[in-house]
Amino acid sequence: MVRVIVDGTPVDVPAGSSALQACEAAGKEIPRFCYHERLSVAGNCRMCLVEVVRAPKPVASCGFPVAEGMEIKTDTEVVRKARRSVMEFLLINHPLDCPICDQGGECDLQDQAYGYGSGVSRYDEPKRAVTDKNLGPLVKTVMTRCIQCTRCVRFCAEVAGTPELGAVSRGENMEITTYVEKALTSELSGNLIDICPVGALTSKPGAFQQRPWELKKTDAIDVMDALGTNIQIQARGGEVKRIVPRVNDEVNEEWLSDKGRFAIDGLLRRRLDRPWVKVHGKLQAVSWQDAFVAIARRLEGVPGSRIGAIVGDLCDAESMMALRDLMISMGSPNLDCRQDGAHYDVSDRANYTFSSGIAGIDEADALLVIGANPRHDAPVLNARIRKRYLEAGRGGLPIGVIGDMGSDPTWAYESLGAGASALADLMADGNPFLEKLKAAKRPMIIVGQGALTRDDSPVVLKACALLAETVGAVTDEWSGLNVLHTAASRVAALDLDFLPAEGGRSVRGMLSGGVDVLWLLGADEFPVHGIGPDTFVIYQGHHGDAGAARADVILPGAAYTEKQGTWVNTEGRVQRGFQAVFPPGEAREDWRILRAVSDVLGHTLPYDTIEALREQLQVGARHVTARRSTTEGLSDSVLSKPFASSGASYYLTNPICRASATMQECASVHAPHAAVAAE
Amino acid sequence: MSAQTPEQPVHFAFDEASEAEIATILAKYPPERKASGVIPLLYVAQRQMGRLTDSAWVPVAAMDAIAARLEVAPIRVYEVATFYLMFNTKPIGRYHLQACTTTSCWLRGSDDVVAACKKATGIQHFGETSEDGMFTLTEVECLGACANAPILQVDSDYYEDLDGPRTEQLIEALRKGERPAYGPTIDRFNSAPEGGRKVLLDAGEPGQG
Repeated sequence: MVRVIVDGTPVDVPAGSSALQACEAAGKEIPRFCYHERLSVAGNCRMCLVEVVRAPKPVASCGFPVAEGMEIKTDTEVVRKARRSVMEFLLINHPLDCPICDQGGECDLQDQAYGYGSGVSRYDEPKRAVTDKNLGPLVKTVMTRCIQCTRCVRFCAEVAGTPELGAVSRGENMEITTYVEKALTSELSGNLIDICPVGALTSKPGAFQQRPWELKKTDAIDVMDALGTNIQIQARGGEVKRIVPRVNDEVNEEWLSDKGRFAIDGLLRRRLDRPWVKVHGKLQAVSWQDAFVAIARRLEGVPGSRIGAIVGDLCDAESMMALRDLMISMGSPNLDCRQDGAHYDVSDRANYTFSSGIAGIDEADALLVIGANPRHDAPVLNARIRKRYLEAGRGGLPIGVIGDMGSDPTWAYESLGAGASALADLMADGNPFLEKLKAAKRPMIIVGQGALTRDDSPVVLKACALLAETVGAVTDEWSGLNVLHTAASRVAALDLDFLPAEGGRSVRGMLSGGVDVLWLLGADEFPVHGIGPDTFVIYQGHHGDAGAARADVILPGAAYTEKQGTWVNTEGRVQRGFQAVFPPGEAREDWRILRAVSDVLGHTLPYDTIEALREQLQVGARHVTARRSTTEGLSDSVLSKPFASSGASYYLTNPICRASATMQECASVHAPHAAVAAE
Repeated sequence: MSAQTPEQPVHFAFDEASEAEIATILAKYPPERKASGVIPLLYVAQRQMGRLTDSAWVPVAAMDAIAARLEVAPIRVYEVATFYLMFNTKPIGRYHLQACTTTSCWLRGSDDVVAACKKATGIQHFGETSEDGMFTLTEVECLGACANAPILQVDSDYYEDLDGPRTEQLIEALRKGERPAYGPTIDRFNSAPEGGRKVLLDAGEPGQG
């Protein structure tokens, strides 16, 4: 620790800290534009000037290292004057268009001009104007507003790992651009909007929609991937206008994937807003009561073994538990949460979660990725891998990949093969990558859905476990065998044991007439067309997607923004989101629907309030019961086909995205065939 | 600033002569620091374009080729190429006339030089290329040869101590495909006084004492 004196107050900061960090530690606010704590230091805005005693002139505190006994003054006439002057220079070429600027009200330049500016401008020459750039469907540019802090350039190069933005030309002609017009390829590009301190980069889909002070803000959890990104839903007039990330260093730091941020227009389209019942082959709008009666009539006399339930990828734990309890009370053993047919080892919770924790990536010193594509499966987690990769320096973090990575994962890796046989090759004595894993103190293995959704997954999983043991990835203080989920609901469902009981059928078994009545809770990602023609399908969910198209009864539920709920992310972290807006029309919170229908069916669930339900909610731990993860129909030997990466576009993985015009546009802009044609 | 101009070639590949130069250049840097070779390689590409197309400029395809060779993101090469004025990111004429108009040259008659350039080539404004595609006229800042002002830099050669008529002669010669000797255009050796030595006339040759 180094002791420095800030405005007369001594503070201790770690050696290597900057003067700015020391000032923050002392509780002094230092204005800044280019400095961002998660990016490298650029020192080009000069707003953070402070006075250091015995330094001949004000210093940029963001890039000035502290020294023992250094005396910093943040509130002297020199500093105030320096800030005023810097502010005046920054405003020379900044347009006075705050009234029509989407950043207005949450603009660093606006706020700091009020706080530190001089209040008048002496400049009456013409201002420069800069051509706007087309950065694709998500980020809108008004480049005349740019103050060239280069945060966006550094974000793209460092965090996102897609160095596409740069500062070309120089002096008055300097511009932030891609130079060659192209859509940003990053799945994290929405974060550029957050880090831009002015209104140069704003949301394209959200342009001119709202002012920040009009929005009602609600904390929630993102469900677009299994990372459980902490988000804040900002709504106005019952409509979700914007989603921004909250800071949680353990999970998402302060980033949010583009899907989580921009799929919100999908919440308004293709919604199920009233119950429907199929009469003579045609869906008819009915009342809730009639829908319940239709279900009760059909279920009459159907034995529990002929009833099945599948939950989808976006469900909250409460609704899944209510459905599970209803199914159990009706005597059904046919429950499944694995729409993709994944196989998990549910004997121990560590075996189906990202058990090192997401923050564990920061400590890993060797990484093996098996059948996962982190950039698509969880872009924010991928940014964390990249951060570790950069931090470790050249060759510091050896990364091996088994499977097809598709696009550039933003870190260098060694390809060790495409399929399950590569695992056996890796286990062979003297394999160079095996040696690297063995040499590592904290080796990490990430197993993705590409390796778990195969017919030979049990074997693959066993091989992974053996490998983890061989290289010392699972020890008393380190648990490096991680499963990377893609479904936000999956870990909670596994915690809740939403799996076939003894003699029960899995998703595959419930298809082709395996059950007479099938309850789909937001399940759209399994082969719906495989459901037997005589199976009575009840679809409970929020979007008219594949499941609703096949349904005999539709019960309109609430999307994740419209209900309070509990989600468990891929590392097993239990997080709660709150209700931001109301579901449309007659749609209701899902657990309430199940509670109501249970009454009509004569199997009343034992809770009337969500609090009562939560008292019985058992997530966050594995409770061993009679249920098991079935291996029926699975291969017990290794298959030769390569680990498949999910065929779906990153932007179209769930019903909300598929209903979103923004996500559809992204998918067409970034379609693989378009990329090939461009080359 | 947009790179998308119709004249951008789709493909660019280094030719044999350029490859030889690149081998020499990259040998100067440790392999993991080869990104440092970006400026020399931009010169190589620009010279190759001059050799092959009579227009020494760096198309985007060439910058992409350099980025691939140096294993950096293409934008990093675009940044460097657009920062330095000696790299032309648009096609130019066969000869690049770079007239210095900074103080020393201006005091010594750079206006006449510029006017002569315009008259002889038919160019109206700085930055334009003559209709025959032979000449591009650019205004540049101090070329650092003030003792020989005014100066016109043609490609990489300095023509010094110019005036209007001599500039026109120079341009006519270039048009004919000649390449007059660079340096002062008056009776003068480098920056030595005009008409020979003016002081120490009785002394012997320099170095004799």
